[in-house]
Amino acid sequence: MVLYSRTRFDAAFAALSDATRRGVLEQLGRADASITDLADKFHMTLTGMKKHVGVLEQAGLVTTAKVGRVRTCRLGLHRLDEEAAWIERYRQLWDARFDELDKVVEELKRKEKVDGRKKRE
Amino acid sequence: MKNRTTVERKSERELVVTRTFNGPARIVFEAWTRPELFRQWWLPRSMGMSLRSCEMDVRVGGKYRLEFEPDGMAFFGTYLEVTPHSRLVWTNEEGGEGGPVTTVTFEEKHGQTLLVMHELYSSKEALDAAGTGAADATVETFAQLDELLLTLGASVGRS
Repeated sequence: MVLYSRTRFDAAFAALSDATRRGVLEQLGRADASITDLADKFHMTLTGMKKHVGVLEQAGLVTTAKVGRVRTCRLGLHRLDEEAAWIERYRQLWDARFDELDKVVEELKRKEKVDGRKKRE
Repeated sequence: MKNRTTVERKSERELVVTRTFNGPARIVFEAWTRPELFRQWWLPRSMGMSLRSCEMDVRVGGKYRLEFEPDGMAFFGTYLEVTPHSRLVWTNEEGGEGGPVTTVTFEEKHGQTLLVMHELYSSKEALDAAGTGAADATVETFAQLDELLLTLGASVGRS
């Protein structure tokens, strides 16, 4: 699984390492858009946005199609499922730990309160 | 309300875990640096595994070592930075040379603590392998142990 996914993971995570590109994905999740729309929305030049879309396209996260003179972008078929799963396993581990840490923190807070009260008495 | 744990892969070599805790930084920091507290949460109870030992010499250059029960696997390394209540940096040496460096920061705001755990790997490959590897292995091992405990009927009384 790791070997099979590695190249795509590289492309996908590299594509996601940029805030604008993450924004573009969010935007396309709501509705398809032309590169001009996206450039406007992100206050960018057409050329700049084309580059970003190119990176997303290479990672398989976005597909584009030319309709007349307008290039429309939409989310690609590859929907980050594997990347999400990769991160989710790690998140679960830490989430479980941190839930336990919550309990320890609560207990320490309670003790601190009791100790504080004792000192004042 | 439960606080949300987020995990982000910030770059090819970096992984960042973020979480807010309902308590002041001095308390959260204590839970990360006092072994008797650390061992209470670092291996979640639901995972049904335990630590045989947990030694932490929390000072610059000091070592830590966690040993698991029953297989004796160990995590160990050295503290590189210790700033009470705000910052901890340590190495992870169990994988040999080039293990990741972990930085944990504690930022208090209105009695709450924002915790950011940052892992910097020596290479993209190390993160690809170790990142999932560690999570997979731990989650999987614990799940297997859970199953084993169930078949042994040892789950009675466990929530």
